[in-house]
Amino acid sequence: MIERADKRTEPNAGWELLPHDADVRIHGWGSTPEATFEQVALALTAVVTDAKVADETAVTVTCKAENIELLLVEWLNAIIYEMAVGQMLFGRFGVEIDGTRLKGTLWGEPADQVRHRPACEPKGATYTALHVAQDAVNRWSATCVVDV
Amino acid sequence: MDPTRFTKIDDTAWKIEPTGDMRVPGIIYADEELICGMDDKVYEQTANVATLPGIVKGSFAMPDAHWGYGFPIGGVAAFDPDHGGVVSAGGVGFDVSCGVRTMLTALSVSDIRSVQKPLADALFAAVPAGVGSKGTITLDSEQMDAMLHGGARWAVERGWGEAHDLDRIEEHGEMAGADPGCVSDRAKKRQRREMGTLGSGNHYLEVQAVEEIFDCGVANDFGLKQGQVIVTIHCGSRGLGHQIGTEFLRDMLPAAAKFGIKLPDRELACAPINSEIGTRYLGAMRSAINCALANREIIGHFARQVFTRFFPECDLQLMFDVSHNTCKVETHTIDGEPHKLFVHRKGATRAFGPGHPDLPPALQDSGQPVLIGGSMGTGSYVLTGTAMSEEKAFSSACHGAGRAMSRHAALKKWSGRQIVDDLAERGILIRSPSQRGVAEEAPGAYKDVTAVVLAAEHAGLARRVARLSPLVCIKG
Repeated sequence: MIERADKRTEPNAGWELLPHDADVRIHGWGSTPEATFEQVALALTAVVTDAKVADETAVTVTCKAENIELLLVEWLNAIIYEMAVGQMLFGRFGVEIDGTRLKGTLWGEPADQVRHRPACEPKGATYTALHVAQDAVNRWSATCVVDV
Repeated sequence: MDPTRFTKIDDTAWKIEPTGDMRVPGIIYADEELICGMDDKVYEQTANVATLPGIVKGSFAMPDAHWGYGFPIGGVAAFDPDHGGVVSAGGVGFDVSCGVRTMLTALSVSDIRSVQKPLADALFAAVPAGVGSKGTITLDSEQMDAMLHGGARWAVERGWGEAHDLDRIEEHGEMAGADPGCVSDRAKKRQRREMGTLGSGNHYLEVQAVEEIFDCGVANDFGLKQGQVIVTIHCGSRGLGHQIGTEFLRDMLPAAAKFGIKLPDRELACAPINSEIGTRYLGAMRSAINCALANREIIGHFARQVFTRFFPECDLQLMFDVSHNTCKVETHTIDGEPHKLFVHRKGATRAFGPGHPDLPPALQDSGQPVLIGGSMGTGSYVLTGTAMSEEKAFSSACHGAGRAMSRHAALKKWSGRQIVDDLAERGILIRSPSQRGVAEEAPGAYKDVTAVVLAAEHAGLARRVARLSPLVCIKG
């Protein structure tokens, strides 16, 4: 298991990659759903590369879903789509959630095989092991399996 | 998994007795050691599939089964449209029609050894692989729709392949019933520049040697000889298939609720075959099959161009092209009666036995080639479908070795550089844009492919014809 605390955004936020037989399970946490979704997005990038990704370009995405778990899948699939169509990698994320709607900003740069050495390509976020919840100490946590 | 959870039918067939909402039993084909090595999730997912409406006979899992999403990878299930049967986007997966093709050369291993390094470099340069690789083909909207209709035939008509290849591709290279109108603009946009690209993860192009022949007669029918060099390509429908899978999974979730289908796992999202969304999915999914067939035909063409540069007389003949993430309409005999069924195979290969009407004349006696990708260090197998395959699991067999450990366990255990160096010492050249990608795909991260194919053979799913060893591997 690769684990890394990301303390750039806030002290109690972070992400990790968890084992899955064929694919990969991503997990993020934070003090709000927004911060948590940003962390899961960082985990998604870490599925592809360990290298630093510059925030040269910003892309905005919007998505909606009937509950927060399905919204997580929509959010991740929106990022995967932008990665694929623009051949981009994203290293910083901003999320605003309003009920069942999400507006996200992705900052990144074109994928560079020499510099980023991308390991594998996410195909889509799945509903398997999909879980978004707040724990007893009010920490939000979000996870799902991504097909690679 | 604990084997005592199953009713043991024989040494390679293990039954999950129907309980709760299961409509049929689950059957896993594997030997005891493979069963013990499988995650408990395989049991759970095989049982979950058995609850879906219209499922016929059983929910099957192949010897390489492992924990997937919704269906297990290695899952096979058939649904009857006349009995409320469903089609499931999760039962096909994101990489629609991911598959394997093998092309034959008249070259020997010593021919390859003399040019092995420049050949590996040239293949790596000619076949875009990995995230951030750029294809040389861009399709406009009209060309996209023509490709989604025409599959490998479309590629051949544009000069990326040979007309005689089509007889050696499932569906003769062109999946009927494709409806590009059911494919979203986003899916098409995602594919615009991806034709002729390999992708990443477990996708590869390998130059292989035929190491051992198990059945001389069938090997002869397939055109395989000991010591011969062949080229095998493993990839799928790229971004188009991924986007179709994503969108229909999302849309089938409320559809399942609307039709009153109780889902034990959201990833099993499905809809009645004859519903509007079911029909739309089939139109889109068949378009994605054509995309995969065209993609493998184009990459095969690129491989031919490279080989011709090194060996001007070399002619790569397509032996066969199989897909392992599909839903196909097939007629199967159940209790002596023919039934038209929608057979989902997710990480499982179709394995028609001898005499099947869909096989080309040259393969009528032998059965269908079943191409099993192993790992870059341990080799691969060619099997053939058997007369028993239909009765066992709707003419299906395994599709690979199956992972034995997660990508992250593999990363902790191996370094990509070390793997590349160790394999080079054994005469196997790896070319990949990512050392981490190589480590995640380490040979040791996979199950023993020989154990998997032996279990498939003992279970009567398919029979061994040849074992292949890698010489060059281009990894995405």
